[in-house]
Amino acid sequence: MTHSQNNGSGDKEMETKTRPTPNSLASVASGRAQKQPGTAPLGSGLEARGVHAWFGSHLALRDISLDFSAGTVTALIGPSGCGKSTFIRTLNRMHEFIPTAAFAGQVLLDNKDIYEASVDVTKIRLQIGMVFQKPNPFPSMTIGENVLSGIKLAQLDVPKSERDDLVQDCLERAGLWNEVKDRLDAHGGSLSGGQQQRLCIARALAVKPKVLLMDEPCSALDPGSTLRIEETINQLSSSMTIIIVTHNMQQAARVSDYTAFFLSDGGPGELIEVGPTSEIFTKPRDQRTENYVSGRFG
Amino acid sequence: MSVTTTTVAPTKPWVKTPWQRLPSLSLVLLSLIASGIIIEMTPLKGKLGFFLVFVPILTISETILARVKADKKAAQDVLVSSFIWTATFLVFLPIASILVTAIVKGLPGLKPNIFAETMQIVSFTDPLNKGGLLHALVGTLYLILLSIAISVPLGILTALYLTEIRGPGSNFIQFIVQAMSGVPSVIAGLFIYSSLILATPLRSSSMLGAFALVILMVPTVTRTSQEVLLLIPNDLREAGLALGATQWKTVAMVVVPAARSGLLTAVILGVARIAGETAPLLFVLGGADGLNWNPFSGNNSALPFYIWKGFLIGLPEAIQRAWTGILILLIVVLILFATARYLGSKNRRKP
Repeated sequence: MTHSQNNGSGDKEMETKTRPTPNSLASVASGRAQKQPGTAPLGSGLEARGVHAWFGSHLALRDISLDFSAGTVTALIGPSGCGKSTFIRTLNRMHEFIPTAAFAGQVLLDNKDIYEASVDVTKIRLQIGMVFQKPNPFPSMTIGENVLSGIKLAQLDVPKSERDDLVQDCLERAGLWNEVKDRLDAHGGSLSGGQQQRLCIARALAVKPKVLLMDEPCSALDPGSTLRIEETINQLSSSMTIIIVTHNMQQAARVSDYTAFFLSDGGPGELIEVGPTSEIFTKPRDQRTENYVSGRFG
Repeated sequence: MSVTTTTVAPTKPWVKTPWQRLPSLSLVLLSLIASGIIIEMTPLKGKLGFFLVFVPILTISETILARVKADKKAAQDVLVSSFIWTATFLVFLPIASILVTAIVKGLPGLKPNIFAETMQIVSFTDPLNKGGLLHALVGTLYLILLSIAISVPLGILTALYLTEIRGPGSNFIQFIVQAMSGVPSVIAGLFIYSSLILATPLRSSSMLGAFALVILMVPTVTRTSQEVLLLIPNDLREAGLALGATQWKTVAMVVVPAARSGLLTAVILGVARIAGETAPLLFVLGGADGLNWNPFSGNNSALPFYIWKGFLIGLPEAIQRAWTGILILLIVVLILFATARYLGSKNRRKP
């Protein structure tokens, strides 16, 4: 019951070779160097096993099993209301903040279930960071303070002397350093939307997560800012596991190694298909996936 | 084609010229005259009577003018605008009246000695250059500071419980807070009197006065803080929690700083609720005529108490002292609010 029929489409078939096609999405997707599971230098794998999620008595997600290998980028795609965001929020236990929420299944980080009673949930969220759809820098803090906010909030021990370097390092990795290096004392709210979102990425990086969840990070941004964030994702993917929800198929093709397609037929959201991104966009096994990625619905 | 340069002068075409205003202004004048005549010829008398006649006459005549000059919509616009102006004026009038009355009646008694002396060896009926309200001023400051010290933590923590933790009993606590904000102030005083002065060795003091005021202040602070905290977007709470913070850390470092200006307003409204309270103090403050620097024991005074006493005696000098007390109380409250606002905005602008 807890293991879904989709499970077989995970790890094992990911080594299939990509082949070029006239399809533009596919050519973008196959342009990326395919990462092999287990070869990533850093980060941790994350495995979802039979994840179900409820809001009250309404089942929003049914039996999702997905593996995220260390150091890979996985895109979650699917039409609105198919449960992508709900799923990503179960991966770092943000789901439980909704008062009526309920959950079943397992999420394994380094082979340890993060839903186990003995687990300190704040430590989990420290290792599995999150970037939200809407940029949400802390309004009462400056740009520099925003970057360091995770250190203070989680009460991590970082010596004062290293903090300036950490701010610079995180902002550089988020692609924002050059734009804000002269005004770290300005308020986060004074930045543009795209800059605010990169500030939120820098803030998430400062606590050195092993996994980064991104819930439609570019949906409120212009193409320029989107490009910057995609470059950031590309750079980060060498050092951590990234899971990104996106409505933008081109984006999924550009940034991800693997793509998972979610769909709801009015009932709970289900995982239809998962595979290497180039495959999902060129020769998906499921007709529904093909309809979706070719723009016939959704 | 030749190029001609024209100098364009800036104008404001949307502002009416004096000539355009003339019909409307002359109606104001005519209404004033008409109202004056009506007041003379009918039993209606005084400023209130004049107001009651003048406003309807002006409203009706301006509406008719707009109907004649333009159309039905313009007439409706004038009519509704007139109601709005009248309502605003009616609300503003008492405030202005109170301020002007307090200043006009209080100023004659505003002499240097009132800040330096007390009523220890002076009677309320003595000449005004003797005695003062230093004791009442000290007493009021004690009351306000003690009330803030107790009510602000209690009120804000209760609001945090109701909005952030939403723990067991939230609905019941919410109900109690709402019910408490309707408690008549004299009941608060009687409660402290019967539960502390009658039942324990504690006797009248500034502290007991503050206890009575706290009962009135806590619901105000709680409800206002709650409204302010509900305005903080949930995004910020989630961002804090997603960084691996505990709920307590998120509230302390993200939610409360974001709501600081609003929480300050909550405190100011709370102080405004209690600063002028007299009734609860009658039973629990003791009403000293001399200085008492100890807020925790011994009878003390307060400005509202001093004012009440002055009016109770009812002789000209005593009434003058009371009016001056009112003026001082207004100034004290004004200084407190201005200071709070200044501190709030200063911290906010700090980089």
